[in-house]
Amino acid sequence: MKRWLSKNLIKVYATLAFIYLFIPIAYTMAFSFNNAGKSNLTWRGFTWANWQNPCGAPQVCNALGNSLKIGGLATLIATILGTMIAFALGRHRFRGRSVVNILIFLPMATPEIVLGASLLAMFLNLGINPGFWPTVIAHVMFCISFVVVTVKARIASLDPKLEEAAMDLYATEAETFRRVTLPLVMPGIFGAALLAFSLSFDDFIITNFNSGTLTTFPKFVYISSSRGIPPQANVIGSTMFILALTIVLAGQFVSSRKNRV
Amino acid sequence: MADAAASTKGDLTLSNLVKEFGDFRAVDDLSLVIPEGSFFALLGPSGCGKTTTLRMIAGLEEPTSGKIAIGPTDITYAKPYARPVNTVFQNYALFPHLTIFENVAFGLRRRGVKDVKEQVTKVLELVELAHLAARKPVQLSGGQQQRIAVARAIVNRPALLLLDEPLGALDLKLRRQMQIELKWIQTEVGLTFVHVTHDQEEAMTMADTIAVMNEGRIEQMGTPVELYESPKTVFVANFLGQSNLVKGKVESTNGDDLLVNVHGNRIVVPANRDFSTDNHERSVLIGIRPEKISIEHPEANTLGGGVITDISFVGVSTQFQIQMPWGQELAVFEQNDGGASHLQKGDTVSLSWKPQFTFALDGTADIDAGTSVNPEEE
Repeated sequence: MKRWLSKNLIKVYATLAFIYLFIPIAYTMAFSFNNAGKSNLTWRGFTWANWQNPCGAPQVCNALGNSLKIGGLATLIATILGTMIAFALGRHRFRGRSVVNILIFLPMATPEIVLGASLLAMFLNLGINPGFWPTVIAHVMFCISFVVVTVKARIASLDPKLEEAAMDLYATEAETFRRVTLPLVMPGIFGAALLAFSLSFDDFIITNFNSGTLTTFPKFVYISSSRGIPPQANVIGSTMFILALTIVLAGQFVSSRKNRV
Repeated sequence: MADAAASTKGDLTLSNLVKEFGDFRAVDDLSLVIPEGSFFALLGPSGCGKTTTLRMIAGLEEPTSGKIAIGPTDITYAKPYARPVNTVFQNYALFPHLTIFENVAFGLRRRGVKDVKEQVTKVLELVELAHLAARKPVQLSGGQQQRIAVARAIVNRPALLLLDEPLGALDLKLRRQMQIELKWIQTEVGLTFVHVTHDQEEAMTMADTIAVMNEGRIEQMGTPVELYESPKTVFVANFLGQSNLVKGKVESTNGDDLLVNVHGNRIVVPANRDFSTDNHERSVLIGIRPEKISIEHPEANTLGGGVITDISFVGVSTQFQIQMPWGQELAVFEQNDGGASHLQKGDTVSLSWKPQFTFALDGTADIDAGTSVNPEEE
């Protein structure tokens, strides 16, 4: 027994770690099939009904739509602005560059609760009422940092000789960027956009401060938790998980195909 | 044209080229003409300014002062994409996201050439890699990538092809093979090749003309044979192959010969092989290549009393280290034709050679210049 354990300790450890990581997800998925009554806390039998009617619970799809809209807009703006900052930091020497490099980490390091509260104070002082656009602006703000860090890492790994080679082969600066630089940085930009979207979609604290009466999906789940979360929330959660998994697997598949002889 | 007298063909002319990085002068008042259609090598140790010179010709670096022209056209400040120059980069810099075909087609497409497919196929056939057109660069071996890098450049038929340490990343055997292949391609396409390298053997194998660079300046320029047989500076004598340099004093002249007192021995140097630039009354360094020295056969020039301290057998020849009475170690390479096989460590021998192989350099020069230069750092 002892010898078996010393031989397989790492496998045992890995199995336990994965069980620990995946139990909540498995639980969420299982309970999306629960024939729930008032609350979705106890198992009351299997049903397809929740999946057949994901918008069945009042307000759930409205909240989801708001989250998707905010996430989409915030991702788009944050990815464009963040990529531009990343290029500036990665490719150009300018005054204050090192300061910007540090400042860009601040939103990541600041407690969300503080950010959310001070953003609300700022919007109110400016006479802007909480709602859809303030939420988008707030999301863009905290997503940018993650985009910058992700894209900058990709730019740093890019061989500057490739751009020189393109210019040497009659490509102007603009053509070099479009034909060589951008395609090579694209995986980083794509990854950054996914990260930004999941951060925005997931956000509760900052959203709660700045969205006013607007309900996003996390807010919906939080509010309904006092009355009992409908199983449709599990359906949507499971769908997001499967979607994310599919995107990651597809990415792996495409890149492995690209490198195959 | 006003400049027509200077050069009407596609010769590359560098005039008083200077490049400074802060306080450091990487290229120092460089002037040279590279004739159209030649295979020219810029040879020198790491940091001698050869790569900077190449990058200025490619347009990737702007000169601090001076002029670069191809034929009558001044290209000193032209953008890299606006000059008829293509580069084979060190480590090739193939575009990883494009296929081999698209890599080679890149320059043609940017210039809006019509028959891209035909030209790319033709050049891929020239480098014998047409069957790999659909692959990505990572799927190719180092030697294949190297050939694609050459193909990508020559397909544009530039007035000038620049090669930046093109064989540096290959192993020795492949490098030899590629040396021959590059030389063949150059003859085949008839373009001007400017080749930057720190490898003296590579430069000598391929180039018609070599310029040896040191500290941003050209030490000497000439054919491989000229540079090897008649080095004009200590740096060239030591950097290209190996030289024995011994201090001496010029005693007198005898017709067309200089008579030099070398540690009590009289050594004859033909006057036309005296490359020293300062006054003859004083000291010179006399130079002789190790393979020109004979241990067995007496010749006009002889240094006696040497003791063999080391013998190493290297196949075609045997290399001897011989300590002279004044303490200096000299090198002698003997052909393995049986003549020197009986020699052993500790034997006392005389070194002899024909006067016409001797050369004389400035006696004030640093005798070790060019010996311990580090190979390329990269």
